[in-house]
Amino acid sequence: MSAALTLFLHDLRLQLRLSTDLIAPLAFFVLATLMVPLGVGPEPNLLARLAPGMLWITALLATLLALDRLFQRDFEDGTLDLLALSPLPLELVVLAKVAAHWVTTGLPLLVIAPVLGVMLHLDTGGYLTLEISLLLGTPVLSMIGAFGAAVTLGARRGGALLALLVLPLYVPILIFATSAIGAAGEGLSPRPHLLLLASVFAGGIVLVPFAAAAALRNALE
Amino acid sequence: MTTARIPLLHRYANPAAFGRLASQILPWTAGASAILLGLGLYFGLFASPPDYQQGESVRIMYVHVPAAIMSEVVYGLMAAAAAAGFIWKHALADLFVKAAAPLGAAFTFICLVAGSLWGKPMWGAWWVWDARLTSELVLFFLYLGYLALVDAFDDPQRGLKAGAILVLVGVVDLPIIKFSVNWWNTLHQPASLMTLSGPKVDPSMLLPLMLMIGGFTTFFVTVVLMRLESELLARRIRAWRTAAGEE
Repeated sequence: MSAALTLFLHDLRLQLRLSTDLIAPLAFFVLATLMVPLGVGPEPNLLARLAPGMLWITALLATLLALDRLFQRDFEDGTLDLLALSPLPLELVVLAKVAAHWVTTGLPLLVIAPVLGVMLHLDTGGYLTLEISLLLGTPVLSMIGAFGAAVTLGARRGGALLALLVLPLYVPILIFATSAIGAAGEGLSPRPHLLLLASVFAGGIVLVPFAAAAALRNALE
Repeated sequence: MTTARIPLLHRYANPAAFGRLASQILPWTAGASAILLGLGLYFGLFASPPDYQQGESVRIMYVHVPAAIMSEVVYGLMAAAAAAGFIWKHALADLFVKAAAPLGAAFTFICLVAGSLWGKPMWGAWWVWDARLTSELVLFFLYLGYLALVDAFDDPQRGLKAGAILVLVGVVDLPIIKFSVNWWNTLHQPASLMTLSGPKVDPSMLLPLMLMIGGFTTFFVTVVLMRLESELLARRIRAWRTAAGEE
């Protein structure tokens, strides 16, 4: 366990020092969201209607940005081979790396999302639900993305392929999260949607590491 | 070693044994497919009554429903084969997944297009974002993702394995498609063929539907066997080339 923690801290430190990795997804999230009012017009009611979906779609695409490098560097310089040989199960390696990825890409989105919500005239009831849905949803996005990164490791044109593989698997998260925020904005209880999202979170965090680890083993063979 | 000693699952993992079996089955499934599709189209297009509500448009269903069933069955078979490839390291399992994938994608595409053509006169829209349509569309993208992934590696074996893992992960979509019409009260009608109380379709329409389902199934078996044989031949050519030092 302490080995997994060490790996997590190591990855975190690496990603914090490469500040472009940290800034690029966040800048994309902000800029892509701010394109919406410019594209559809500044009408507050329309923007409020679009806000949950737009915030989530741009968040979803932002997490995709840093994904292809999740295992790539370690795969190329042989670190991944050593990690696979270590007594630490590969599933825990995946979890540690995903955790580091989430702290550097998912967490900043969580911090900036309410500000963008204000700019898109998100309904006042929706903010808490927006935060909870991002808190539950973005770790699973990172997790599924890590699976996509593992399965495309060593493939030609990996980046575009990754998006093609991962986006269909993101669909349930997007649906549950945006319907939760929509319900909260209309004064209804977002609880059922959030519970479904929480079940996706619980299932994803437990099951996807196995698939990702299997894909990594296949890449290292 | 006598063949009786080898479990059935592995007896046909030998490409030569599989090739013999396939060439024995092929003419029968090809013939059955031609006859069933011919009869099914005749009954479906000419010798069955129009629906009291849908009119002549109901005939689209004789293509839409079999394609929809096959789109899911093929994915289920691919997932089962992918699992078999992992558990028993069966030599042909991953090749089957690759051979079946384009067929599954084609069935899904036919299902979506036929459904859309039917939806315009019936629902008044080419496309509706209802749960079953959306999950079928996701299934189509899963097929496309598999096809793109399998060909993206220099080592074909590596692509097959990566694809098998992807197929197993995507299997979560299957129950969502199957039960979407029961779980969510959406526009797509609930199941009328496979219900606990038996089919709720009139015999005059059930006949062409069943013929078409049989035709689609035998067509799938025929083409998958042909594709498997050609994959095995391609693999042998690659092995010869490698042995000759060309690659």
